[in-house]
Amino acid sequence: MSAVGTSVARKEGLDKATGAARYVDDLVFPGMIYGRTIRSTIASGRIVSVTPAFDPAGFTVVDHRAIRGENCIALIEHDQPCLAVDRVRHVAEPILLLAHEDRERLLAAKVDIAYERADPLFDPEQSSQTFKQILIEKGNLERGFAKADVVVEGTYATGHQEHIYIETNGVVAVPEPNGLALYGSLQCPFYVLKALKVLLGDAAPGVRVVQAETGGGFGGKEEYPSMIAAHACLLALKSGRPVKIIYDRVEDMLATTKRHPSIVRHRTGLTRDGKLVAMDVDVLLDGGAYCTLSPVVLSRGVIHAAGPYRCANTRIAGRAVMTNTPPNGAFRGFGAPQTQFAMEVHMERIAETLGLDPVRLRLKNALRPGDTTATGQKLGEDCSAAAVLREAVRKSGFQRKRAKYGASKRPTRGIGLALFYHGAGFTGGGEVALASRAAIETAVDGVRILVANTEIGQGTRTMLAQIVADTLGIPYEQVAVAQPDTSVVPDSGPTVASRTCMVVGGLLERCAFAMRMKLGDASPTEHFARHGTLRIEEQYEAPSGRQWNDVTYRGDAYATFAYGCDVAEVELDPVTHEARVLKFTAVQEFGRPVHPALARGQIEGGSAQGLGWALLEHVVMRDGAMANAQLTNYIIPTTLDTPPMDVVMLENPYAGGPFGAKGLGELPIDGPAPAIVNAIRHAGIDVRAIPATPELLFGCARLDADASQGAA
Amino acid sequence: MRFTLNGAAAEVSAYPMKRLLDVLREECALPGTKEGCGEGECGACTVLIDGEPVVSCLVPFAQVEGAEVTTIEGLGGDHPLQHAFMREVGAQCGICTPGMIMAALSIGPTTSLPRVREALAGNLCRCTGYEAIYRAIGNQQPSVGSRGSRENLLGRSEG
Repeated sequence: MSAVGTSVARKEGLDKATGAARYVDDLVFPGMIYGRTIRSTIASGRIVSVTPAFDPAGFTVVDHRAIRGENCIALIEHDQPCLAVDRVRHVAEPILLLAHEDRERLLAAKVDIAYERADPLFDPEQSSQTFKQILIEKGNLERGFAKADVVVEGTYATGHQEHIYIETNGVVAVPEPNGLALYGSLQCPFYVLKALKVLLGDAAPGVRVVQAETGGGFGGKEEYPSMIAAHACLLALKSGRPVKIIYDRVEDMLATTKRHPSIVRHRTGLTRDGKLVAMDVDVLLDGGAYCTLSPVVLSRGVIHAAGPYRCANTRIAGRAVMTNTPPNGAFRGFGAPQTQFAMEVHMERIAETLGLDPVRLRLKNALRPGDTTATGQKLGEDCSAAAVLREAVRKSGFQRKRAKYGASKRPTRGIGLALFYHGAGFTGGGEVALASRAAIETAVDGVRILVANTEIGQGTRTMLAQIVADTLGIPYEQVAVAQPDTSVVPDSGPTVASRTCMVVGGLLERCAFAMRMKLGDASPTEHFARHGTLRIEEQYEAPSGRQWNDVTYRGDAYATFAYGCDVAEVELDPVTHEARVLKFTAVQEFGRPVHPALARGQIEGGSAQGLGWALLEHVVMRDGAMANAQLTNYIIPTTLDTPPMDVVMLENPYAGGPFGAKGLGELPIDGPAPAIVNAIRHAGIDVRAIPATPELLFGCARLDADASQGAA
Repeated sequence: MRFTLNGAAAEVSAYPMKRLLDVLREECALPGTKEGCGEGECGACTVLIDGEPVVSCLVPFAQVEGAEVTTIEGLGGDHPLQHAFMREVGAQCGICTPGMIMAALSIGPTTSLPRVREALAGNLCRCTGYEAIYRAIGNQQPSVGSRGSRENLLGRSEG
């Protein structure tokens, strides 16, 4: 009767298939009006004047002076204004808020803003303002290079990426007797609550945040909802009416966060037989105009920058810097896709330089149980780097196809692979600092889960209910999941960092164990009938022996890592220079899948999103603004761009996770881009940046089939 | 304006240039049809007009006079394709799902993957990579009808 390990019916599955699920734009409240944000049109400068040029009848107008608390969107820093006061640092910065019951009049309203322009900075390499700097050091780099027979250098770059959740950002703020209720499409209700408390001060002491059904997040609804929520709350407080703000697609693409562009430099020393002896890595992330989450994106990025490889002498230096572009933020993978793209394309070039087989080079250096990572984390039996690599090579017929495609004088097909890993849960001491709490309680028809973690498509409700059902020994159908409402559920932390199943699922497993002890022989239903509600709450406790130093960046960066190896087969069109992926193989180990169909969906969906980042998704920045902020000319993978996928879920149960589970959500987006670029390389094109659009590939050097070795 | 909505006669008064999408969601209280981009690129707002899939964000309301409009709500809650989407996790976040199902309805019974791919090329999904959607379409219950009349596909009884 066990639910874990089987693909049980999703809690909200049928509601989504029948159109009954209610998203934020489906919510209607009596007297509701609509909000709109007036934004800057320049990248840097002083605001000289703001002049409404419309008939004010029926309008609610709010500027920074309406803020009773602190004018900021509180996150890591308090540097980003909710509404600009007298200067702007990027295009689409919010300046003024309008609301009206008639959307036509709202959209037609004009506001004249006069600026005194300053020179904007768009090149992160020229930026002198650093949000965060991190240095990781292991061994002795100079001594490492002294042992090297060969040194390989290279620079790799990745571009912005738009989340393109199909539901744009949106909220409704509803006045209540004691404050406000904020309904939104969001990942992290308590992040929004914290930001609103700082912003609103004593204006709305009883503010609460409720997640509506959410049409995709991918990190894009991690921190940005605090901004749109702040705007709707200010308008609701001023007007006394419910205020709905739903961004249209253009505004969502222009104004909200994107994946950080990166430039990563590698200088690597190896012995002639391919052993890594020195790795010197330099990571630069473009943070955009405000800090947002850049420090922690950088942190995950640098920790993953040496890839799943063993090297005794490693130095990784990272910086996230300011530019006058809209702030970049959380996006599935959180810095790790950028740095592992660089590492894996670099490994391919190392193999070429040394004349080594790319699989053998990776196998020789891949982390094994007992090895230590760049931060000095000693890996246990849950390390599967070599296993996923071997299985991916076998499953895809890699060597046979490599030989076949490689035999061509001017190949149009290539096959490439990438080996990668992804730390599950918050980085370093993050989970200890979060001190997440989760609860379950008995109810008339079973038990109810109380957590702040949100269902955003990945299956939160279902997975957590499976874990609780099996631990209590009751049917899955008897476990319900409360809607995340900050006035009802404990703060179990944000829905990010591949942490929900492993960390929050683990907390709920403990809750269910404790409840089972208290219930004795009674079922939850029987106990409820006799005694009323029994509630059990548990708080996060760090696994014993885990050490982390946030100053030296030494220690156990993550409780565990999940591992993956992707193989891409690519065909190049010799006329259009278009690269198409013909076949994709993903072999991933993440402990044990709680719900195999959902897990497969994470791998397939993350792989498609990674394919888009690699080949199609080109954010064109012009004067600091996204010039192609439309789905017409920002291209994400369609059915015709997405290849057949072969997915293998290797099991290696992790003792520290519920029912052996590790985190999975982000892992699948780390591998596709380097696997695809390595396949393009195998087909003869030396590309070191993405997106590898036809225009970019047209300008790349062609590798001579006979003399591709030694390319520098 | 008179038209047929989900099999029943409807008379709705709205500005003739209002988007069909908005009329369905607001005047007709059928919020199952979703807006994803507002420019006909994503397919989230797909409905059937006289059996053909169209993006309702690009259709002025005036155009449906006398036509037969079918939305996701018109399938009821028990259509084999809806169950297949649930079973195969063809929906993750679910926001593209109503439009995806409406587009899939018009394909007809086929096991030809290229045909399915082509028919769904105007419907974007950011969660699934489409594979689970193909599995859902390919694994409907046999009751979906081997003879393939449109009535059959819409889950109505034959006869």
